[in-house]
Amino acid sequence: MNRREFIKIAGLAGLAGLGGKAAFELLLPGQVEAGIKDLPLTQGKKWGMVIDMTKMNDEIMDVCVKACHTIHNVPNMIDEEKPESERWEIKWLWKETYEHSFPGQEHEYVADKYHQRNFLILCNHCTSPPCCRACPTKATWKRVKDGVVMMDPHRCIGCRFCMAACPFGARSFNWANPRMVMQDEKLKKLNPGFPFNKDYPTRTKGVVEKCNFCAERLAKGQYPACVEAANEIMPNAMVFGDLDDAKSEIRKALKENYTIRRKPELGTGPNLYYII
Amino acid sequence: MYDGGRIITGLIIALALFLFPFYWDAGFASKAPEIELTPKAKEAKVCVLEKDFMRTNHMKLLDQWRHQVVRDAERYYTTEDGRVFYKSLQVTCMDCHSNKTKFCDQCHNYMDVVPYCWDCHIAPEETSNVNE
Repeated sequence: MNRREFIKIAGLAGLAGLGGKAAFELLLPGQVEAGIKDLPLTQGKKWGMVIDMTKMNDEIMDVCVKACHTIHNVPNMIDEEKPESERWEIKWLWKETYEHSFPGQEHEYVADKYHQRNFLILCNHCTSPPCCRACPTKATWKRVKDGVVMMDPHRCIGCRFCMAACPFGARSFNWANPRMVMQDEKLKKLNPGFPFNKDYPTRTKGVVEKCNFCAERLAKGQYPACVEAANEIMPNAMVFGDLDDAKSEIRKALKENYTIRRKPELGTGPNLYYII
Repeated sequence: MYDGGRIITGLIIALALFLFPFYWDAGFASKAPEIELTPKAKEAKVCVLEKDFMRTNHMKLLDQWRHQVVRDAERYYTTEDGRVFYKSLQVTCMDCHSNKTKFCDQCHNYMDVVPYCWDCHIAPEETSNVNE
C-alpha cells in the first residue's frame, strides 16, 4: 500500500464511520459509491491473513476476540454454574492450544514456547471449503469475487452439516436465541449492553454462524476488526491482504517468513498463515 | 322429499350460523391504520422509490436488497435521481423510519402478517418523543 492509498482509506473509512448516510449526503451523489469502489480493500481477489504469533500474546488475542465479538453481537453464553449441556458456546474468533491448533504437529518434545501458548483461531476461508459443499441450501458459499466464505443466516436451516464438514471447528450453532442473554440475570451481567453493535444484526435460534472476514467492513474499505485491534497494540501482528496480488503486504510477509497452516494435509487450502 | 321440513329448517339454521359472523361484524369494520412518519422522514419527502410503490412493494425491494447485499456484495443503491443509499434495513430504512411501532407494526398487525425481520435485526429504540 502506498501513501496515496493509505490516505484514501483513512479518509473514506473516517467518513463512513462518521455516521454512514449523514456523511454521504454531504457529498455529490455517486461520489461515495465510486470512491468506495476504488478502495484497495474492496478490490481483493483472494483475501488471506498472516498471524504473526511471535508478536502476539494472550492480552492482544483477548482484545481481538472482544473487538470481533462486540462488532458482530456475539454473546457470551457460558454460565459456569449451568450444566455443560446448557453452556452454549458461540465463537467467531478464539484462542486455542498448540495441540488443538496444529494437530499432527504435536509430539512430546515440542518446545515450551509453542506447547504452552495459545493461538488465535478463526475461519480459514479455505480455497476449497468443505462446509460449502455440505450445505444443502447454499446458505454458506464461497464468494467468487474475493474468496470470503460467506454465511447467509436467512437461508440456514440449521442442519449443521457444515459444522460436521469443517475440520477446523470454525462454526457455532445457536442452540438458543442469542437474545436470551438480555433476559437471563447471570448472562446479562456477562453481556452488558447486548446487542453491543446496533448497526449489526444478532442471529436467531437454529442457525449456524462463523467469522465472515468482516465482509461488511471490507465493503466500506475497512480492515477486519481483529486486524485493526491487534495492529493498534502491536503493529503487523496480523496482516490482511490480497493473496492474488504479488505486491501486497501479505505476500511480502509470506515471502519473508516461514509460515504454517492448520491441517494443510486435508487439502481444503486454508488462507490463514501463522508465523510461529 | 322425506322430512323436507326438517331438512330445510336445518339448512336454514346452518346457513344462519355460517353467516352470523358477517352479520355480527357488519358496520364495525376496523379502520385501516394511518401510517405515521417521523419528522426526519417527512422532511426527506421521498423514499428510495415512489411512495405508492413502496407501500405495496417494500417487501419485494427488501428481499431484493437482502439478496444483493448478502449474496452479491452489492451494498449501495442508486435511485433514479442519483441519490445513493447503503442497502440496509437496520441502518438505512430504520434511520428515517425510527418509529417502528407506528410505521411497521400497526399495518403488519392489521394485515396479520408476521415478518421475521426483527428476530435478528435490531429494531430502533423508540422514545416517547419520537413523533414530536
